[in-house]
Amino acid sequence: MSEPIIKIQDLSKSFDTPDGEIKVLDGINLEIYRGEIFGIIGVSGAGKSTLVRCINFLERPTSGKVFFDGKDLASLSQKELYRTRQSMGMIFQQFNLLMQRTALDNVCFPLEIAGTDKKTARKKAKELLELVGLPDKANSYPSQLSGGQRQRVAIARALATDPKVLLCDEATSALDPSTTREVLALLKDINKRLNVTIVVITHEMKVVEEICNRVAIIDSHLIAEIGTVEEIFARPKSQAARRLFYPEGKQLALHGDRCCRIVFDGNSASEPVIADMVLRFRTTVNILFADTKNIDGKAFGQIVIQLPQEEGVADRMIEYLKAKGLAVEEVEGFV
Amino acid sequence: MFDPVIVKMLAEGFLETLYMTFVSSAVAYLLGLPLGIVLVVTDKGGIRPIPWLNWFLGVVINLLRSVPFLILLITVIPITRFITGTTLGSTATIVPLVIAAAPFIARLVESSLKEVDKGVIEAAQSMGASPLQIVFKVMLPEARPSLIVGSAIAVTTILSYSAMTGFVGGGGLGDIAIRYGYYRYQTGIMLITVVLLVIIVQVLQELGMKLAKISDKRN
Repeated sequence: MSEPIIKIQDLSKSFDTPDGEIKVLDGINLEIYRGEIFGIIGVSGAGKSTLVRCINFLERPTSGKVFFDGKDLASLSQKELYRTRQSMGMIFQQFNLLMQRTALDNVCFPLEIAGTDKKTARKKAKELLELVGLPDKANSYPSQLSGGQRQRVAIARALATDPKVLLCDEATSALDPSTTREVLALLKDINKRLNVTIVVITHEMKVVEEICNRVAIIDSHLIAEIGTVEEIFARPKSQAARRLFYPEGKQLALHGDRCCRIVFDGNSASEPVIADMVLRFRTTVNILFADTKNIDGKAFGQIVIQLPQEEGVADRMIEYLKAKGLAVEEVEGFV
Repeated sequence: MFDPVIVKMLAEGFLETLYMTFVSSAVAYLLGLPLGIVLVVTDKGGIRPIPWLNWFLGVVINLLRSVPFLILLITVIPITRFITGTTLGSTATIVPLVIAAAPFIARLVESSLKEVDKGVIEAAQSMGASPLQIVFKVMLPEARPSLIVGSAIAVTTILSYSAMTGFVGGGGLGDIAIRYGYYRYQTGIMLITVVLLVIIVQVLQELGMKLAKISDKRN
């Protein structure tokens, strides 16, 4: 985890359009470490797909630098860039399989590009189809496979050249919830077993919660916040993070009173904190919302409570909760 | 009407027509296919954009395609004579046929290749494929069914052009139709040539569609 495998420095990207120049990314700085699953989340149009394409130079940054494995991608010749891309696999929302090739030949494809001989390529492709759980679909064409199966073939294909990094561009957005879970589990398994660094681009919080170690939140062309998923979940610093992590906030917007959010992790959940607090202050609080989430195997709970009207009591309640070691945050603005 | 001389003449005309059509198609594809590929590759959103080349080829192709075939046939007579040494007969006809068909084929190929999913091309790029590899390993194989349908259209169009060359002394069924049907009012012979042409078109078109269907793995 020492030296980053991907390092992005002051990256900006603009596109020329008939309506003038449009800035898509602005001053992005990012380090992704070996072996981690790194999430990049943002609403559509935030620039995250462009960002992932800058990592393998499918899009050249307007300014700034991208280092992969210590190499400045801009300094590479076209040939070297092709070779470097072979150590970065990529999967897509629409799978992007070759429709006129069988599953096996699809997995062989990147090896053909790399110049691997046919026999070795087929052997490797068979192993990979086994790894993704589709050994019996080798001779099926993509049109004969379901969405989840197609994405599995695409994952096998992306892994064919033994990449160091796997870039996933909205890889589960076209899949139903249960298939999404399966594919995410597969990605997690691949990350552990093959020690491939995975970069996940998504607009869905549950994808980040399920597999990411760290996450960057992109909001209107900028990185709003970077941190571990637990950290941001417990103490979101930016509006964008709050909106993404607590989408239910919008539903609570009616209440005018002061509210606060309390986040529990597995350790603090055993004490009856709210009940104790109510007894102690002899004032009731209104629970507006409660929810538990599973982040990377750990249970997290959150409660949004409406604080009493009296100013002093509300402040003291917040103090009390903080003293109990809970992440407490007053929620306003969008709530 | 069915005396041996006429039957022999029709049989020869039939073979000549096939000869002109297939040789012209083959040569026209040798020119049109690469041209179509270059059009797609050098396009603004292509895998290797070269705007000036794309523009130039586009203009040349449109120019050739906007000249009516009968006029092109006469205009290119000097070129025909230069290449084949004659302007009469079926071999001489191949020259104008190729000149007329190559740009047409280039456009057919272009539209077939443009149907290939951009995402698949992007996937190949993400694997480090060079533009050449993308053309030969992605675009052409993925567009195969559409290219086959296009070739059926191209061949039948060339066949109908070949019939027109009868007016300036080209060979084949068109020539027979014009000499007997138009100049000598022998409607029977003309009808037979038309029937033969219809049969050829039907067979080629059906064959093309069948092949395209068999080769398409999308359904």
